[in-house]
Amino acid sequence: MPHIICLAKQVPDPETPASQFKVDEAAKKVLPVPGIQPVPSQFDTIGVEAALRIKDKLSDSIITVISVGPDSSRDTIKHCLAMGADEGIHINDPALANADHWATADVLSAAIQKLAPYDLIIAGRQAVDWDMGVVGSTIAESLGVPVVTIAKEIQYDGGKVTVERVLLDGFETVEAPTPCVVTVSNELGEPRYPQLRQIMLAARKEVKAWTLSDLGIPLPPNRVNLEALFVPDTSVETEFIEGDTPQEKAQKLAARLRESKLI
Amino acid sequence: MPSGILVLGEATEAGKLNPVVPELIAIGTRLGGPVTCAILGSGIDGLGADCVAAGASKVIIVDDPLLAEYQGDAYAPVAERLCKETDPSVVLLGQTMVGRDLAPRLAQRLGTAAAMDCMGFEMNGDKLVAERPCYGGSARARYTINGTPQIATVRAKAQEPLVPDPSRTGEITKQAAGITADAIRTRVVNRRKEKSEGVRLEDAKVVVSGGRGLGGPEGFLPLEELAGVLGGAVGASRAVCDLGWYPVAAQVGLTGKVVTPDLYIAVGISGASQHMAGISSVKNIVSINKDAEASIFKASRFAVVGDWKEIVAAFTEEARKLKAS
Repeated sequence: MPHIICLAKQVPDPETPASQFKVDEAAKKVLPVPGIQPVPSQFDTIGVEAALRIKDKLSDSIITVISVGPDSSRDTIKHCLAMGADEGIHINDPALANADHWATADVLSAAIQKLAPYDLIIAGRQAVDWDMGVVGSTIAESLGVPVVTIAKEIQYDGGKVTVERVLLDGFETVEAPTPCVVTVSNELGEPRYPQLRQIMLAARKEVKAWTLSDLGIPLPPNRVNLEALFVPDTSVETEFIEGDTPQEKAQKLAARLRESKLI
Repeated sequence: MPSGILVLGEATEAGKLNPVVPELIAIGTRLGGPVTCAILGSGIDGLGADCVAAGASKVIIVDDPLLAEYQGDAYAPVAERLCKETDPSVVLLGQTMVGRDLAPRLAQRLGTAAAMDCMGFEMNGDKLVAERPCYGGSARARYTINGTPQIATVRAKAQEPLVPDPSRTGEITKQAAGITADAIRTRVVNRRKEKSEGVRLEDAKVVVSGGRGLGGPEGFLPLEELAGVLGGAVGASRAVCDLGWYPVAAQVGLTGKVVTPDLYIAVGISGASQHMAGISSVKNIVSINKDAEASIFKASRFAVVGDWKEIVAAFTEEARKLKAS
């Protein structure tokens, strides 16, 4: 009966149109866009999908989802429960409002230890807001367990996992003893979408709310300081290539690219 | 007192210096140096001279069969020891398959932090200020790091390397990894290459990418032909990978790959934030789209409005002529 812990973060919707994406530079925060709800980070729902594929084969698997975040993060946990995860842990403590990636990893490590025993911890390869990509590996080091990053497939097989890992020009198959951490990438495939029946079932599943005092730890220190956050000026002077025929446009384009030493 | 820059370099599978290493050395030099460059691998004896020519004042070659292929359990303890022995102020790695895996583990072992996928660097006194894209390239963040050393991974082509100069001098030492096989808890049982001829997406100087505007999977054939003529690689938007028109390994974007070619040709791609996240540091985007209002035009240096099939076919012929001339 493997116990799988999935880490899930709620993020501003990454499909927000660039024209509506705005930053408060003084507060160093991204401004919420009215009418656009935050969503689960996609790599994290892919992680839940990976866990569910294990549970599809080993039906007595228990999948626990942990999310660190404000009240709204409960929606992300509920989404994962509706996908088919079994229980949720919501670490919701105002003291964590400005926790960096490393402080968050410390909190998650403490929560995971409280949930022990566990066999497998699955995280997304990065959260799609800050794109830092450090939490999974940091937790593995902190817990002293192996980690395999950027997986496209995870097979659990009593006491070990066999992971297909994405390389630049191919794949490698890596075996790791459990317990261990695996981070997943988009190559794993689309996460399943909750059906109405599952959403209703999920309403009855428990989401525990924990604070730092429930974990018995003080606020972990931040290790990085966000000094500035801004929207870069990416506007470029666009040169429209005109012409009466596709051939003429193509000729002009090729000539301009040659002048610019690009082809 | 920590001082200087440690570059944790890597070799390619063919035993050459990974092209990001001279870029890291150049950044380290610009930040004030001196740059010590450590290369981990197996059968990499000859790379020391390349690092010196690229600007490193000291090179440490850690050559060990256990380091032949990257495994975090083998590399992390070696990197940790190198940091303790050289006591650098700043450690730089590439945002490569190795750096992405190794940097956070190293940071946790040393009780410090790593800023990942950075594109800009400055020193403010002895503080490294690292700038990196976030929110899929929609925003930039600048970080400082409280711990020591200050670790950062660097996106490819964030900095021009110095012109290699064989007359530069530097000290090259060799050492053993000092690890044993039983420390490696993971085991690589199989490694296989994807059957792709030609250039890898991540290394390509030219990328030709297709989106839903292609109309179907057969639309990728002319793009492959054009990429072949230009010596480039083919990419795809998430929409077409989701539709199964092209392999997901070629997906460029927020939930796909970040690419850094000199020239990016986007065909039938509208320019959703999801896609733009994968090309946020590309300077020269050419877009071909029948919709004159496509948002990708705003980010493009050259824009062509019209039927992509006719334009790509004619452009491929023009490019072929230019390449032959």
